[in-house]
Amino acid sequence: MTTLAETNDTLVATPLAGTRGGVAALQSAAQTPFYVLDEHPHPAGYSTQLGFWIYIMSDCLLFSVLFAAYGVLGGSYAAGPAPKDLFDLNIVALNTTMLLLSSITYGFAMLSMQSNSVGRTQIWLAVTAFFGLCFIGIELHEFYGMIREGATPQRSAFLSSFFTLVGTHGLHVTTGLVWMVTLMVQVGQRGLIEANRRRLLCLSMFWHFLDVVWIGVFTFVYLMGMLR
Amino acid sequence: MFENHAALLKFIFGRLTLDAFPIHEPILVGTFIVVATGGALVLGALTYFRLWGYLWSEWFTSIDHKRIGVMYMVLGVIMLLRGFADAAMMRAQQAFAFNGSEGFLPAHHYDQVFTAHGVIMIFFVAMPMIVGLINIVVPLQIGARDVSFPFLNNFSFWMTAAGGIIVMISLFVGVFARTGWLAYPPLSEYAYSPDVGVDYYIWGLQVAGLGTLLSGVNFVCTIVKLRAPGMTIMKMPIFTWTALCTNILIVAAFPVLTAVLALLTLDRYVGTDFFTNDFGGNPMMYVNLIWIWGHPEVYILILPAFGVFSEVTATFCGKRLFGYTSMVYATVVITILSYLVWLHHFFTMGSGASVNSFFGITTMIISIPTGAKMFNWLFTMYRGRIRYELPMLWTIAFMITFVIGGMTGVLLAVPPADFELHNSLFLIAHFHNVIIGGVLFGMFAGINYWFPKAFGFKLDPFWGKLSFWFWVIGFYLAFMPLYVLGLMGVTRRLRVFDIPSLHIWFIIAAFGALLIAAGIGCFLVQIGVSVLKRKELADTTGDPWNSRTLEWSTSSPPPAYNFAFTPIVYSMDAWWDMKERGYHRPLAGFKPIAMPKNTPTGIILGALSIAFSFGMIWYIWWLAALGFVGALAVGIAHTFNYNREYDLSADAIAGAEDERTRLLTAQA
Amino acid sequence: MKRIRILALLPLFALLGGCNLVVLDPAGTVASRQSDLLIESTGLMLLIIVPVIALTLFFAWHYRASNTKATYAPEWDHSTQLELVIWGAPLLIIICLGAMTWMGTHLLDPFRPIDAAATQRANGDANAPADANAHLEVDVVALDWKWLFIYPQYGVATLNQLAAPANRTIDFHITSSSVMNSFSIPALAGQIYAMPGMETTLYAVMNRTGTYDGFSANYSGAGFSGMHFPFESLASGDFDKWIAKAKADGGALSRSDYLQLEKPSENEPARSYASVETGLFNAILNECVEPGKMCLNEMAAIDERGGLGLAGINNVFPLEYDKEARRGAFGPDASYVASLCDPKHPMGMTAAAAGAAQASPAAPSLANGAPLRGAALPRPPFATFLGPPTPERPTSTSLPAPEPQTPAPPSRPSNT
Repeated sequence: MTTLAETNDTLVATPLAGTRGGVAALQSAAQTPFYVLDEHPHPAGYSTQLGFWIYIMSDCLLFSVLFAAYGVLGGSYAAGPAPKDLFDLNIVALNTTMLLLSSITYGFAMLSMQSNSVGRTQIWLAVTAFFGLCFIGIELHEFYGMIREGATPQRSAFLSSFFTLVGTHGLHVTTGLVWMVTLMVQVGQRGLIEANRRRLLCLSMFWHFLDVVWIGVFTFVYLMGMLR
Repeated sequence: MFENHAALLKFIFGRLTLDAFPIHEPILVGTFIVVATGGALVLGALTYFRLWGYLWSEWFTSIDHKRIGVMYMVLGVIMLLRGFADAAMMRAQQAFAFNGSEGFLPAHHYDQVFTAHGVIMIFFVAMPMIVGLINIVVPLQIGARDVSFPFLNNFSFWMTAAGGIIVMISLFVGVFARTGWLAYPPLSEYAYSPDVGVDYYIWGLQVAGLGTLLSGVNFVCTIVKLRAPGMTIMKMPIFTWTALCTNILIVAAFPVLTAVLALLTLDRYVGTDFFTNDFGGNPMMYVNLIWIWGHPEVYILILPAFGVFSEVTATFCGKRLFGYTSMVYATVVITILSYLVWLHHFFTMGSGASVNSFFGITTMIISIPTGAKMFNWLFTMYRGRIRYELPMLWTIAFMITFVIGGMTGVLLAVPPADFELHNSLFLIAHFHNVIIGGVLFGMFAGINYWFPKAFGFKLDPFWGKLSFWFWVIGFYLAFMPLYVLGLMGVTRRLRVFDIPSLHIWFIIAAFGALLIAAGIGCFLVQIGVSVLKRKELADTTGDPWNSRTLEWSTSSPPPAYNFAFTPIVYSMDAWWDMKERGYHRPLAGFKPIAMPKNTPTGIILGALSIAFSFGMIWYIWWLAALGFVGALAVGIAHTFNYNREYDLSADAIAGAEDERTRLLTAQA
Repeated sequence: MKRIRILALLPLFALLGGCNLVVLDPAGTVASRQSDLLIESTGLMLLIIVPVIALTLFFAWHYRASNTKATYAPEWDHSTQLELVIWGAPLLIIICLGAMTWMGTHLLDPFRPIDAAATQRANGDANAPADANAHLEVDVVALDWKWLFIYPQYGVATLNQLAAPANRTIDFHITSSSVMNSFSIPALAGQIYAMPGMETTLYAVMNRTGTYDGFSANYSGAGFSGMHFPFESLASGDFDKWIAKAKADGGALSRSDYLQLEKPSENEPARSYASVETGLFNAILNECVEPGKMCLNEMAAIDERGGLGLAGINNVFPLEYDKEARRGAFGPDASYVASLCDPKHPMGMTAAAAGAAQASPAAPSLANGAPLRGAALPRPPFATFLGPPTPERPTSTSLPAPEPQTPAPPSRPSNT
């Protein structure tokens, strides 16, 4: 690597004060700069949005496996009950409303965040969490009713795949709720600082994603199940 | 609270009893003594030399991608020893179990051995080595200071390591799965495998798989977002390209593994009916789903190896890589096609001729881009000046070995031929041919190539060559007989044989395994000798091979911040281009660099997931709950830490850079 | 130099010559064609593999750094013509291979019936039986860890031994009792999976007499290594003698015998059964050998009609054996879905009957939650006196294999 060493020698010989100007002068000597002169480090969380999108895509795949399992096993009642014996569309409609409302209120929370209002953001987050809790509560009630009647996940492959698909969605919503509470505490502690905004944005993506998945569940499992 | 003593014991220990410790199995007791002695020696040495603090603060909690990469490699090498020990036992068993002899392994043990061998070699040898190499090289190659999510990177490593530890625990506490490495139900269902084996399998893979998935997300982000200015997508080094494709495959394939293992878990723990025989379950759905993950997985392994060979060939032929663009397209085509071939793993399920021929033909189509790659390497050698350093030797061995493996692979993709050869030793020979000849040779090429970058000194060539020849000859001796045996109609996973004419081939194969053992031994000696001779082998230039890509523009080993100034890229061979244009190393004008802080959260979460998994495996519910709640709490607590970066001062950078200047001038 | 290398390979060829490469020299029609395809595709691929290996070695040697006479073109990295060749050559080969694959896969599909007689007539064998009835039916069951072969045309069964007349088409119907196996006879026609609750078919014909190896080619647990059997390809007269011997030597195979046989055991010696209970294979295939258990085809027919509603939930019966076994750590006790019964069919009703009951307004409707009598509900008092299963009981599964009166219950998917 003699070439390098030689250039180094010349460089060492050049009096450089260690200022940016010195480097800049050196750089301008070459036609094309070798390295970034005026470097701005990537802002914190520069990749977070993309990363979270990728995570959501992978979560999508997880759900698609569960949907596929439901697609394969959804008609295997093992001479037990079928969707039309078990599902109550009224409850499901109510439940869907809860989740859709929570998505809207999360939107309001984001708008409040944009206008830098900590108080309103917190209130809308609380409302969102309330709707999310309602959703979980209604879903658990539905599950409880089915299990009490004996339509347990063990009764048939259809019920296994139903409970797993809907339950996994519910688990995601629960995770979202835990996350939301954590964020509310953090917003309370530190206000709407850049890091918290980023986190709220991620949770927003997650929350709306769960909505989209639920639309799939609602259509594919409940509506088509009743038509089956 | 507890009716009696037994109930209390059951609460505390779940189904873990003294019987779970294999004190009556001499092989395991012997292994335990060796491992315990070795472990005690290592721990003693660490304590004696007071290295615990150093290890903790500089390695375990480090979120420097280079250190994490090295830890991945160490994990891979340690697990290679375990995986190879299993392989050696299988070879020995099959060589002995003739003429009425039962061999030395009972079915109970042998079935664990081949399951563990497959699981460990794929998940805990090949995967850590691949991810480790990507960790060490990719950020440097794209001119980044670290990965997108440095903490996540550390967490991913510890999850992978935790998965490995869970699998290793099964060696001495309880049993491992006796189902084959993909644990097909109904055999892996509670009804047929009620003991802890499959549970070890599930939780080990689930924990490690989570780590791999997160690492995939991390590297896709890193490559997409953190490339140096000027490095357009068609100027990315080939290794980075293959790393990108591999990580996209990871992100798109591992959720399927997570989901399918979760369904099996539900079947085993809750009694659901996904893959059961009764109640409408469908075991064949598992086979489909696991291969929808499993086939991309083999491309996850091989693509980065292809990347290594591309870098190595260009460097050691002293020539630009032939057909960069077609290389990139070939990689992308393989990535996409790898999702359309999974059914070729079970033509014999009887899916019908049209389905089988569709998947057979898609499989064959993959050989077109792969063939194009092979030709690209070939024509990179053409009119080159080939220097036979170790990485290049591995590459030549790869090229010859891999085309043979590729050919037998296409044979197996012809469904009527597969009806004869499926699950035969021909299949075993084929996939070892491509995984050893492709992935493992690639990893050895990569290790020999990038070792000086990671540690600042080259690996000793003498022991390296010895290791190379033992490996290559050993490989051919160990696996060519299996092709023959496959054509003789011998199926896999058999424990005893009664046809004497097969015996000679198994003996040859066992001898090959012996040579491979010597190859592994020489590799370990090579590392040891190189450490001792590190002064002699030192690389002060940062570019010991006269290479072409950016990682060689910084010092060996690189400083924590990688590049004092972010380089600007004008060419696919960025560093070669810089050298040609008379690169000036910046010597002054350093600015502070924001660096991520070390954190112990990753290792703590890893430990908690081991506790959780162990609790789940042995039905020690309190431990599982503790592990789960603990992990959740630690994870949430971690998010309350907003202070994750610090500024590395300009003076510190200047100090490090001046040090390098002194080295460079001293060398001149 | 090269000659010496080839000479060095000679002992290897001698070694290869000494062993029986059954895959390349099989005795069955299907397997021979499979082997032809194997050899043809190898040849086709060698067209490209050999030049690649040769070029690799040549370039590696010629362009070594010490050979300064060789051309060195460090900037040369592209050539459109070469690129066309390196993509085109493999493409052409794959097109040929793809066409061969498509045809071969369809011609050699294990589900495709074979006309052995036509093959033999084509081969000039005048004695070939011309009637289609010459097919030999063999029902194959993979058990833990042995093979049961039922010859429905002869009413005999064998364990761990299989025989068939040469030059006669064999129709294998394959299933498994518990876990997945693969029924494999390399000399005959390769293999196909044996899967629980599913039926795979393999049509094959043997062209030579002799004894060949058969085994399971898919790992199935501890006794897997012992799951092999001799497959005897016999001359027609010898086969009749073999059947007669089986009839003379063996006992009976009833359902209860089968339930004993089904339990895991290793390295079972070969044996034969002089008689087999009617419908046994169908019951095994539909997983309802145990008395009172609902058959899969019956279940599928009911599911097709929308299940049994909420009333069907409790139609679950604990397994009579293995009472302690659970389904999963938290799961319920091991259990199964009980077959339906009504006063006319106290121990179970066929899918057809169930369907009729559902369709006819006179009979209790099953889907609307009306009172339903399942085996897990209190049995009619007279049923309890029936005690353990007896063969003549009219369960759904003891119907003969073809059920003409059944409106073709949808068979279980045999794949995916």
